[in-house]
Amino acid sequence: MKSRYLFIVLLLVSLFFIQQSIAAAEKTQEITVSAAISLKNAFEEIGKLYETKNKGSKVSFNFGASGDLMRQIEGGAPVDVFASAAQKDMDEADKKGFLVSGSRADFAANTVVLITSSAKASIKSFVDLNADSVKKIGVGNPKTVPAGRYAEEVFTHFNILDAVRDRLVLTENVRQVLDYVVRGEVDAGVVYATDAMTRPKEVSIVATAPEQSHKPVVYPVAVVKGTKNETTAKAFIALVLSAEGQTILAKYGFRKP
Amino acid sequence: MDTGTLFSMRLSLQVATVATFFVVIIGICVAYLLARQNFRGKEIVDMLFTLPLVLPPTVIGYYLIVIFGRNGLIGKTIYEWTGFTIMFTWYAAALASFVVALPLMIKTTRASIESVDRNLINASYTLGNGELVTAFKVILPLAKKGVIAGAVLSFARAMGEFGATLMLAGNIPGKTDTMPLAIYSLASSGEWTQAHTMVILLTIMSGVFLYLANVYSKRGT
Repeated sequence: MKSRYLFIVLLLVSLFFIQQSIAAAEKTQEITVSAAISLKNAFEEIGKLYETKNKGSKVSFNFGASGDLMRQIEGGAPVDVFASAAQKDMDEADKKGFLVSGSRADFAANTVVLITSSAKASIKSFVDLNADSVKKIGVGNPKTVPAGRYAEEVFTHFNILDAVRDRLVLTENVRQVLDYVVRGEVDAGVVYATDAMTRPKEVSIVATAPEQSHKPVVYPVAVVKGTKNETTAKAFIALVLSAEGQTILAKYGFRKP
Repeated sequence: MDTGTLFSMRLSLQVATVATFFVVIIGICVAYLLARQNFRGKEIVDMLFTLPLVLPPTVIGYYLIVIFGRNGLIGKTIYEWTGFTIMFTWYAAALASFVVALPLMIKTTRASIESVDRNLINASYTLGNGELVTAFKVILPLAKKGVIAGAVLSFARAMGEFGATLMLAGNIPGKTDTMPLAIYSLASSGEWTQAHTMVILLTIMSGVFLYLANVYSKRGT
């Protein structure tokens, strides 16, 4: 008997949730924005701004790695706007015909920086990595992590790649580099300026890679084909590109593209 | 505690409950067949159901998208008929948890059904009981320990599901961000105090369930 009651309760609970999700679907002017996880703080703030400016509209976010977000769109996820941390994934989406033509725009740029844990004083520039006292340098795996590719380009620019190759500790994402530096597992690491700014007390930026030393780190955004709310999606992108949107992005360390 | 944390806790419990409900029903049926019947390709069926235990979660998530996405093998038909897609809903989180938790249920239940004394089963048959009566009156009550332990383990696994959920349900704050997803987001955006609170909560909750699983499987029968 007990299990029968449990079953009925579960049935009622699930009916309630089905009803709720139908009610949610009826709301118009709701868009889902798939954005790279590194954009979280900035985009949530822009989303709130959009909602206060356009009463009755709702912006939902879906945060993850750009590659995973691309797979979701490919699988038919109900996404209206796609903001990627790398041109590569956006190019792929474009080539496969998932984007509304003419909606793609670059909205932010990032800077590649060298960080150390606040206590380390001996490393002052990329060239200092050449010193014998430096044993381990954290960088993303260049095969899969864009930040790792940029790091390699910067090392090549400074002519130290061969010298430091044996000291590189490869990670599967750029946040892991940040974590290693904070915990003192590596002497220094190469991350984006926006990453370093999430732990201002624990890491210090000792050098910024010159712009010409690596390919530009530019973030593209576009409307996804099949959206039910193309107007809202375009209006959201317009807000990201506007002066107000750019001010919010700048607050979190992003530059203008 | 802020609303985001509370929402994630509630969602995680809801997802794990629904997933475990189906895991128990389907898990017992599959485990029973595997333990009691002999048929061609039996071990292949067992292997297929066990795979989610060892495959990387992103791979499972990818398979789920290929099958249940709006352009997926099954998802496409569902979308054409009803206009509904499971992606980016909490049902997707429950489905992902179901798939990764099912092997734990099947493995423990199968083992405990197989260890039921054959003499007792045969005695039930000689007393004129059919397969169904024997299953419900003899075998399952004797295998109760394993069934309960499997259910609790599945629940705890469902609570901690991350990779496949991230792919299929997305990571949508206030909609599909279960505790593991919320922790990932918080840590990535440098909100460490909130992340720590949730890490501790999730650890305590999972710990309690595992403790209960141990107590039950000792006391059972």
